Amino acid sequence: MNKESNDQTCCQDLDDRRSFYARLSMILSGVIGALIVLPGIGFVLAPIFKKTEQKWRTLGKVDAFKEGATVLVNFEDPSPEKWAGVTAKTAAWLRRVDDAKFIAFSINCRHLGCPVRWEEGPELFMCPCHGGVYYKDGTVAGGPPPEPLDRYQVRVRDGNVEIHTAAVPLTTTLTFDKS
Amino acid sequence: MKQQLQATWDWIDNRIGFTECMMPYIAHTVPRDARWWYVFGSATLTAFIVQVATGICLAMAYVPGGDEAYESLKYITDEAQFGSLVRGMHAYGASAMVTLVVIHLVQVYLHATYKYPRELNWMTGVVLFFVVLGMAFTGQLLRWDANGVWSVFVATEMASRTPYIGPMISHFLLGGETVGGSTLTRFFAYHVFIMPGMIFAGVGLHLFLLFRHGVSEMPNVDQPVDPATYKEEYEARLKKTGVPFWPNAMWRDVVFSTLVVGVIVACAAILGPPALDASPDPANIHADPMPDWYFWWYFAVLSLLPPSYELWFILGVPVLGFLVLFFLPLFSNKGHRAPSKRPWAVGIVIAAFASFVVLTVYGYREPWSPDFGVEELPTSVIGAEQGPVFEGGKLVHSKGCMYCHDINGYGGHRGPDLSNIGEQLTRDDLIIRINNGGYNMPSFASSLNSQELTKIVDFLMTRVEDRTESSTSDNAKDHADDRG
Repeated sequence: MNKESNDQTCCQDLDDRRSFYARLSMILSGVIGALIVLPGIGFVLAPIFKKTEQKWRTLGKVDAFKEGATVLVNFEDPSPEKWAGVTAKTAAWLRRVDDAKFIAFSINCRHLGCPVRWEEGPELFMCPCHGGVYYKDGTVAGGPPPEPLDRYQVRVRDGNVEIHTAAVPLTTTLTFDKS
Repeated sequence: MKQQLQATWDWIDNRIGFTECMMPYIAHTVPRDARWWYVFGSATLTAFIVQVATGICLAMAYVPGGDEAYESLKYITDEAQFGSLVRGMHAYGASAMVTLVVIHLVQVYLHATYKYPRELNWMTGVVLFFVVLGMAFTGQLLRWDANGVWSVFVATEMASRTPYIGPMISHFLLGGETVGGSTLTRFFAYHVFIMPGMIFAGVGLHLFLLFRHGVSEMPNVDQPVDPATYKEEYEARLKKTGVPFWPNAMWRDVVFSTLVVGVIVACAAILGPPALDASPDPANIHADPMPDWYFWWYFAVLSLLPPSYELWFILGVPVLGFLVLFFLPLFSNKGHRAPSKRPWAVGIVIAAFASFVVLTVYGYREPWSPDFGVEELPTSVIGAEQGPVFEGGKLVHSKGCMYCHDINGYGGHRGPDLSNIGEQLTRDDLIIRINNGGYNMPSFASSLNSQELTKIVDFLMTRVEDRTESSTSDNAKDHADDRG
């Protein structure tokens, strides 16, 4: 008899309690999930929102560069991690236009980012991937690139050529309607 | 002794319930007519097991950082005992997995196995297929040689074309605004934790669904799928003619998987792992970035497209391709399964396969790329030992004409062959074309002086078809194989 009434007590309030337990467990599981995942999401997404402070890097003495010549220079990213090793380096094509004027072209092709090469004879930048070609001023001469080569800022200071670091030039499609 | 073993096993079996819970799945009844058609799914799983086993070994020596990654791979390849074999197995295992997953997908598509009630089997399979492609891409990148680093740039640039959030995706991929210390570690985490996790979960679900809905029969013209009656009919037929999966059907899977693993190990032992490219220095511009073979077709698509269509392909092939495949069974889940009643399906498979082969060959040859390593023309081809024609013959090399133009088997293939140009264009036309450029040809007005231009044109006017000699075509073949 006693046992039976125990069963009845249990089953009478079962529906209410069960729905409460179920809801409580679902909500708490959500809280546990959020507590675990949110810091991680923040950690992983942080680089998107971090603005790197760009820096001036010295490339060498002005006299080391011949007038009219285009040469490959490399320099260090603005804030390399200590473990970045060789990947902290970036390159640019530097041309000494005249006594005081320098132009630095990004080595990234504007099509899909492959490294363009300066070819002395034809005076063209050429890309090995999909055949993008640029004139010596960086404008597109042929192939698929939609935009001219990007340029870095360069300045001469105390007899040294300095280049201003920059993010990888991205060809974005925010200009949808223009095409 | 034997009795003791039996008793021990009985004890374990009683506790974990192998005979009770697992055997019904392992020995469930399957159609007997499929025979060798159905070995590709299990072979893909076997290839995945090869990847997990070898991948864990590689992870014990691989250092995912800056220049250490490259050095550790050199150590694995050149010094570590069995290192070259394990790396080779991982590389050929990747090729096997991509190949087998595609064959599996094509077979299931041709037999329309994705129809009721196996829609979700297909949909989980499509997700797995794309994750496998993701594994293939990130794996190539983890080689972290020049090719690996430049693959990151290409992925970044492609992602940046996404409307509105493109640059955010790119910076997410790079782990910053440039390739640096945070780049490789991210791709390592995708390749080693995130995507394998997705594959484990996906394969688990995929297999669960396989057991739940049963192995499909071979398509039969007389048995179109009708969701209202399919299940009863399927079970009734199975009762009559089915066989237990283990071992009556499974032995073929095991035989084929043995062959697959045998080929993987043999390739690794005989051919060795793919050679490492130059060091991962982003300042090294003498890289010639190129994906692994399974993406050459896409590499070719990106070169051959008119720029105005490009955006739609960069985003369309991966995104639309996924959506179309993923939702396919929701649009077509009943009716005929037999290929003979589905001519469009057969046509699509043939067209896709033909495009894949043609584009892969193009992707390998890259005729659109300037041939940087082109040799100078020998005097015998120039046809003069001095004078303007001779100097013109030297200038077409030094001024870069031959990067893109072929002359008697020497030179690139981006632009038209100039071997007979003397018959095709007049002197004036040549001068105009060289000065102004044309479709995809740069203007050379500023990089040639008038004497140089005259010499080049003098030389080109002598380019007429040589009707006496036939050896030039052999020559052309020799040089077509040389990739810069």
